[in-house]
Amino acid sequence: MKRIYMDNNATTAVRPEVLEAMLPFFCEQFGNPSSVHWAGRAVAGAVEKAREQVARLINCSPAEIVFVSCGSKGDDFAIKGTADALRDKGNHIITTAVEHPAVLNTCKFLEKQGFEVTYLAVDCDGMLDLAALEAAIRPQTILISAMWANNETGTLFPIEEVGAIARKHRVRFHTDAVQALGKVPVDVQKANVDLLVVSGHKLGAPKGVGALFIRKGTKLTPLIHGGHQERNRRAGTHNVPAIVGLGLACELAGQELALKMEKVRRLRDRLEQGIFARIPEVKLNGHPTVRLPNTLNVSFAWIEGESLLLNLDLKGIAASSGSACTSGSLEPSHVMGAMCVEITLAHSSTRFSLGPDNTEEEVDYVLEILPPIVQRLRDMSPLYQRHLTCEECSIVKRI
Amino acid sequence: MTEKKRIVVAMSGGVDSSVTAALLQEQGHEVIGMTMQIWDYSSFTAQHGDTFGTCCSLDDVHDARRVAEGLGIPFYVVNFEQEFQRQVIDRFCDDYFAGRTPNPCVLCNQLLKFELLLRRARELEADFLATGHYARIIGEDGAFSLRQGLDPQKDQSYFLFTLTQEQMGRVLFPLGDMTKEEVRAHAARFGLRTAEKPESQDICFVPDGDYVRFLEEERGGGEMNGEIVHVSGRLLGRHLGTYRYTVGQRRGLGIAWPRPLFVVGIDADRRQVVVGEEEHLARAELVVHGVNWSQGEPAAPLQAVCRIRYRHQGVPAEITPLPAGRARVVFANLQRGVTPGQAAVFYDRDRVIGGGWIE
Repeated sequence: MKRIYMDNNATTAVRPEVLEAMLPFFCEQFGNPSSVHWAGRAVAGAVEKAREQVARLINCSPAEIVFVSCGSKGDDFAIKGTADALRDKGNHIITTAVEHPAVLNTCKFLEKQGFEVTYLAVDCDGMLDLAALEAAIRPQTILISAMWANNETGTLFPIEEVGAIARKHRVRFHTDAVQALGKVPVDVQKANVDLLVVSGHKLGAPKGVGALFIRKGTKLTPLIHGGHQERNRRAGTHNVPAIVGLGLACELAGQELALKMEKVRRLRDRLEQGIFARIPEVKLNGHPTVRLPNTLNVSFAWIEGESLLLNLDLKGIAASSGSACTSGSLEPSHVMGAMCVEITLAHSSTRFSLGPDNTEEEVDYVLEILPPIVQRLRDMSPLYQRHLTCEECSIVKRI
Repeated sequence: MTEKKRIVVAMSGGVDSSVTAALLQEQGHEVIGMTMQIWDYSSFTAQHGDTFGTCCSLDDVHDARRVAEGLGIPFYVVNFEQEFQRQVIDRFCDDYFAGRTPNPCVLCNQLLKFELLLRRARELEADFLATGHYARIIGEDGAFSLRQGLDPQKDQSYFLFTLTQEQMGRVLFPLGDMTKEEVRAHAARFGLRTAEKPESQDICFVPDGDYVRFLEEERGGGEMNGEIVHVSGRLLGRHLGTYRYTVGQRRGLGIAWPRPLFVVGIDADRRQVVVGEEEHLARAELVVHGVNWSQGEPAAPLQAVCRIRYRHQGVPAEITPLPAGRARVVFANLQRGVTPGQAAVFYDRDRVIGGGWIE
């Protein structure tokens, strides 16, 4: 059976050259970078090199990079660390309704601790209203947290404008850039970002490593109270091989971004146009143009996304219904809910997230496999049968 | 079945469903494993910190996944938490608070396993849904009949009385003609890691068996206490909630009385628990509702053996169909422990004729 992977927003394969670069740091250069002796020294250099590589990708100084164990840890550290450090300044946080659970649930936790959180709505394309953002700022506001790119729809927030508003009101600005890195240019200076989260496994590094950009002068309370690693900001022995892998993956992502993403965009557009040409009653979820080049999120009216996914899987095609972290949950995605996607359509949302290794042949295979599955599931759907015989059913007209 | 079929196996992680999957695969079929996630244990675990050995705990999802991985078959977890809450748990609680003693396993089979999961299987173009139940489905004269499993110790046909003809045409019970020992031997032969797992006994969502605490956590609060009265009308004591009692219950009444006392009735509206001596438990008949007739409703009263709870050996009875999906069951001899909320299932030898819910 063919195996086609179109779930790169969930995770990516480790790049062979990245794995190659990591291997010496298991058995040969095994030292602890915090040690003073030769074994530690050799490794400490590699960690610092990785720090430079990550810093270059987002245009910051290496000293502003702290390695963490994953994207969620980075978000958790940025938000809770800010809440604690700025407790005396205020208790209000602004975020958006479509953030990753790593941000949303951290904010919900803080609400239980007495913080107030504003969850900004988005429009039907998943886009943020800047006027509403500015209006939500209060004297007690200590943090704005808005993602760079949405993991489910790929919609890109106007991050530079958000950053300008945050700067104007002197409010700290955190962004989860996990999905954006390696897919679109990310520059923390242009965007006035204070805290930015990187995840390794979304761009060809292994799982279990990430980084947090902390702008110089940004006070953040450490959440792990152990040793003195990472300038006292994040205790715990460095995961050296993974950090080395993250560094190289960031360097390669920066070098190849323009070239590879142009290819990915062409493939994604081919898939998108093919689906709309072959299958009636399909809705695009997310912004039609201001969107990651690799992401396509569509709803096929009358069918459940989960059934479609399982059928695709049995044909060797890996896709997703929204975020992998929430798949298996019957709740329609909070992102779809926030974008005024009708509930039946929200249940049928399906995400294809492509990568540079996908080919035109693979896209064409998906376009061949998908329409009959959708039709078969629709034929089994009681809603669809009723709709075919009911002229007043208007859901389709609204698509 | 010589033809190669696509079969979804409902895998719980236990030995029965694991052997089911392995056997069907050995017969050359294309097997897909599916586990229903029906209950979120995280809150419970956080509170109590122990692990559970019941049929549906999260640990068993992991076991099912590992078994599927070992067999090299696709495996999916389908989330039915909302439906389970609504269709099974809410009704479980409603029943207890209305003075009945519910049977959630039958409901889960009826409304989730052989409805929603079967639909999922059909969406995957599966020819059949197979489970590890000890029961048999036999096709004869153009219709299907549900039969007891051949192992009398394990027979689970009681839990399956709601199966319709259409469902029976799409469901397989490959273990129905085996004993538990044979199944364990197969498990050992296949090298299944679940071969030595103990049997699950409790209700899956009340893994510690403390259903009273479960009910109080689900529906806590409010004035629940009331009187315990003797059938003669005499007030004997007070109780903390009628949901804590089951008809037929003897222990835990906390009343000194010359003869052993049993719960013989529960009046939830008056918050009254009625107790009496053994002879007050005896019933000559009962009425069921929500009846499923496995091969169609009979035109006239019929003689059958009626089981009024899972481990009941059965009693000869005359069954009379009534309008609106009800039926009257008149026993050949008096029966103790006729419990509202439980299922009464009718048999002709090993064949299930039908069944319903005791009123």
